[in-house]
Amino acid sequence: MTSHDSTPLAATERPAAGSRRRWRGRLVHGLLLAVMLLAPLAAHLLGEVYYVNLASRVALVAMAAVGLNLAIGFGGMISFGHAAYFGLGGYVAGISAYHAFDGSLVMGLPGSDNMLLIWVAAIVLCGLLALVIGAISLRTSGVYFIMITLAFAQMAYYFANSWPDYGGEDGLPIYLRNTLPGVDTNDALSFFLLCFTGLVLSMALTSRLMRSRFGAALTMARLNETRLATAGISPFPIRLVAFVISAMITGLAGALYADLNGFVSPSMLSWHLSGELMVIVILGGVGRLYGPLAGAILFVMMETLLGGLTEYWTFFLGLVLLGVVLFAKQGVMGWLAGSERHE
Amino acid sequence: MSVTLLIEQIINGLQLGTMLFLMASGLTLVFGVMGLINLAHGSFYMVGAYVTALTTASTGSFLLGLTAGIMAAAAVGAIVELLVIRRLYGRSHLDQVLATFALILIFSEGTRWLFGSSPLWLSPPEALSGSVALPGGARYPVYRLVIIAVGVVVAAGLYLLIAHTRLGMRIRAGESDREMIGALGVNIRRLYTLVFALGAALAGLAGSLVGALQSVQVGMGEPVLILAFVVIVIGGIGSIKGALLGALLVGLVDTLGRVLLPALFGQFMPPSEAAGAGTALAAMLIYILMAVILAFKPKGLFAAHD
Repeated sequence: MTSHDSTPLAATERPAAGSRRRWRGRLVHGLLLAVMLLAPLAAHLLGEVYYVNLASRVALVAMAAVGLNLAIGFGGMISFGHAAYFGLGGYVAGISAYHAFDGSLVMGLPGSDNMLLIWVAAIVLCGLLALVIGAISLRTSGVYFIMITLAFAQMAYYFANSWPDYGGEDGLPIYLRNTLPGVDTNDALSFFLLCFTGLVLSMALTSRLMRSRFGAALTMARLNETRLATAGISPFPIRLVAFVISAMITGLAGALYADLNGFVSPSMLSWHLSGELMVIVILGGVGRLYGPLAGAILFVMMETLLGGLTEYWTFFLGLVLLGVVLFAKQGVMGWLAGSERHE
Repeated sequence: MSVTLLIEQIINGLQLGTMLFLMASGLTLVFGVMGLINLAHGSFYMVGAYVTALTTASTGSFLLGLTAGIMAAAAVGAIVELLVIRRLYGRSHLDQVLATFALILIFSEGTRWLFGSSPLWLSPPEALSGSVALPGGARYPVYRLVIIAVGVVVAAGLYLLIAHTRLGMRIRAGESDREMIGALGVNIRRLYTLVFALGAALAGLAGSLVGALQSVQVGMGEPVLILAFVVIVIGGIGSIKGALLGALLVGLVDTLGRVLLPALFGQFMPPSEAAGAGTALAAMLIYILMAVILAFKPKGLFAAHD
């Protein structure tokens, strides 16, 4: 599906205009990162733990959306089921902590409250799940792809809902936040810095990937599959690898998100969450490296501000979203940083 | 497993199937004719149920309520088409998914705003509140049988409409070549609004009928919507025949799976584990069915489009 055509710089454009636009882009990106990092630092100095945790939430939602953006924006694969990986990551953190807490075994292995082990497990399991789901789903395209990814996520949702061992529909609490050697994860600021690092690393990985030969092939798989095949590269494995990496990033964000909330439940797997992640990607601007960050900041701010004004805030979220889709196709980043597609 | 229970469950499955068909036929028509993927279809289901519940409560007549529910759903569908959907026809599926997701948020939250979170109650009409004897002696509610009958009548009516009327001819022409029927002088914009309102009316009918069985509440359309998507994907998007067969398949597999799987697992597992594993697998069953069908037939069973 080549739904969002890039807007190539017109050949007639004067070099100065292109350079000015690049600088404007860099400025906006720098500002976004600075706000993301400095706002919670300021909140910490003022003793406002609530806002530090809110910033952690923004960072993790943004990171999950960075994963989804790799699939949707850069790969042209409209996954309506990324909640599956977000939730699986969350359940890995929850289940591991649960078994570490009472000393029982899970599939012959002891649980662990070490975040490093949890992250590796979450990444590996999400990768494997995405490998299976992607291998089946990528045989289809268009609406069928949207629907089959949704169906797989619903499968995971109903499974978690009806499997009684880990709380079923009530969810699973994480009584003690998982630990990381050398870091006090219970300190809100330290935990935020962890999340922020995860976000920056996932963005750096995306940027690195998209600059590589792999990224060029993925872009061409999105724009013109036949042309890619003519160059002797089969689109399917390229897409599958991108899909798997995308799921791994979202899964890692999910593992951290469960630790942030001290709770994991089937709602992390629900189709509403898949929809919200898509909304964040779109609000920010599809296929832009900094889009998910801008989208997440905007989304969580609307949720907090509108949610403080009226309990019916999703009504207004719907109106804003409708407006963005109908009238502002480039998203917030297109509006702030100009129409350059990706950096 | 007694034969009586099995018969009862098969009828339940057929009832779910006919309701899914009412939802899925609208979705698949809209996709087939306009190429639009509409997540907000469940909202029309909800509108139908709410208007039916409110009208029935104030007039005391279920039939009047049902008529009002269907007409309200059709009207809301036409308004939404004129205001929003119309702008989405040429757009990417991603835009369509997001805009209609936004519509869900607006409808659900708007309804909660107007009517609150507590469910409304709607009971089946007095005349249909009895039950009949099934072979084997069990009693089965008449209302559920009437629902199946309504579904069958609507399916037949839809077939006649599409196969034997001028409007149906235009719908079929719209499915095979949009530009051409526009060039032949058919008012394509009005046709689109009509098809969309027709789909919304069918969803409203389904919501009104089911609302009398379950409670009428915000978000009631969403589980049905996702099932309806499974139906049209299995049947082949754009195909009414596929929607009918897919709906019956999904209705039966889902209903029977929930009864049979725990019993089946009980044959070789301790009962406590069998219940959990059986229920978990049954909840996933139709999604597994869909994945298997798409893995072998990526365009569904009766693909209308290439």
